[in-house]
Amino acid sequence: MSEVATVPTTRDEDWRYADGDYLAAAGAEALARWRTIEVAPGETERNCEVRLSGPEASGFVDRLRVHVGKGGRYEHFATIAAGRYARIEIEVTLDEGAHFEFGGVTLGGGDKRQEFVTRTIHAAPNCTSNQVVRAVHWGRSVGNFLGRIEIPQHSQKVDAAQNFRAILLEKGASANAKPELEIFADDVKAAHGAAIGALDDRAAFYMASRGIPPEVARKLLVRAFVADAFDSVEDDATRDDLVERTLAQLDEAAV
Amino acid sequence: MLKIDNLTAEVDGKPILKGLALEVGAGEVHAIMGPNGAGKSTLSYVLGGRPGYEVTGGSVKLAGVDLLELEPHERASLGLFLGFQYPVEIPGVSFVQFLREAVNAQRKARGEEAYSGGEFLKVAKEKAGLLRLDMDMLKRPVNVGFSGGEKKRAEMVQMGILDPKFAVLDETDSGLDIDALRVVGQGINEIMREPGKGVLLITHYQRLLEYVQPDKVHVLADGRIVKSGGPELAQRLEDEGYEAVTA
Repeated sequence: MSEVATVPTTRDEDWRYADGDYLAAAGAEALARWRTIEVAPGETERNCEVRLSGPEASGFVDRLRVHVGKGGRYEHFATIAAGRYARIEIEVTLDEGAHFEFGGVTLGGGDKRQEFVTRTIHAAPNCTSNQVVRAVHWGRSVGNFLGRIEIPQHSQKVDAAQNFRAILLEKGASANAKPELEIFADDVKAAHGAAIGALDDRAAFYMASRGIPPEVARKLLVRAFVADAFDSVEDDATRDDLVERTLAQLDEAAV
Repeated sequence: MLKIDNLTAEVDGKPILKGLALEVGAGEVHAIMGPNGAGKSTLSYVLGGRPGYEVTGGSVKLAGVDLLELEPHERASLGLFLGFQYPVEIPGVSFVQFLREAVNAQRKARGEEAYSGGEFLKVAKEKAGLLRLDMDMLKRPVNVGFSGGEKKRAEMVQMGILDPKFAVLDETDSGLDIDALRVVGQGINEIMREPGKGVLLITHYQRLLEYVQPDKVHVLADGRIVKSGGPELAQRLEDEGYEAVTA
């Protein structure tokens, strides 16, 4: 059941920020494997995951194909703090009035390379999507978000939003944003934004002037930053748990 | 209490403070006035230890401790409070969370026990009431969406909660309407007018001094204190201007 006969390489647009060595080692068959999720009309399905790394973890590529029936809702919230190369790829097809909600955080140091790749196909009118991705990196690590939004001509009244922001805690870390909007319908809303920067040093000094030590200030600022990605998690306890488990990875970082 | 000797400092290699000397005794409020570009804000940032403001000479002691040797957060734990001319907005961090972290970090640094959530809220409520700031505002992200006046009131609430020994207030009066000015003035008096405390009020105008009576007024020009006097000096500056008074 392989869709790609050959191993993707970083020359392929969709894999341009990937780790070529990892791909070659993983092989074509493993990389062509997709999980599928079918969300029935009117139903909601939600996935929350925090993917952590052991010191030797080489990484993973997860590919997920989701179909959301009429008026249904699929939510996916994920933190990647794993592996030398880690990728979560989600392809969602939305029927009329369906919604896709995505919140992702990449967080890592060392030589880690972590990415989210989404393809959101607004296959019918009135469907909506909202994606918020935050990246926190140090060392020589890289965080990527490749987000394609497709709105074919017949899909009027679609509302699609995508927002990516990265904080680089050290020189040498980097982030890549690749929004792709393919819009053929004329009565739609599609918003996207991307920003890459350092931690706000004015806020850090303001906190210090009140007695908050730099490591605590950094954690508060990073917490606020990554929490954006999980804002739309409905259940408070689930949201707090996601944020805390994500931040715990920052503690392990010797920045 | 605060003793500044021959302080020189530069920003981006440009000398701003050029041998500033000043002493504020315990229980005193001093005002520093001066024209734009005199170095007033630089002085407050240097005292607070803001990165980028480089001290090139002189000394600053607070209650006998060399301030310049300490990191900014250590200065705060020692009892220094910096009131910002432009308080910083911090999205995603609530005032309550921010202040509780600050108070407890300071208490920890001083070897005191941390406040529990309940204890902290009690103190916060009391100080917010004093400054007529709605407690609900403290549940909002730090300074986000606050008007200029609300930000300055919130600075005073922070000062009340942190209960510093010495406050350097940088143009706390700018952006305030008359009512807010009165409230802030009362706040300064109630929080800081104590025998063991001191205040350095940095201001452009004389009007805050109608509410907070200074013991001494200094004129800062070109990086130095060029004239010092009693409260009447502020009125003279207001009437005659900096140039005439310092000529």
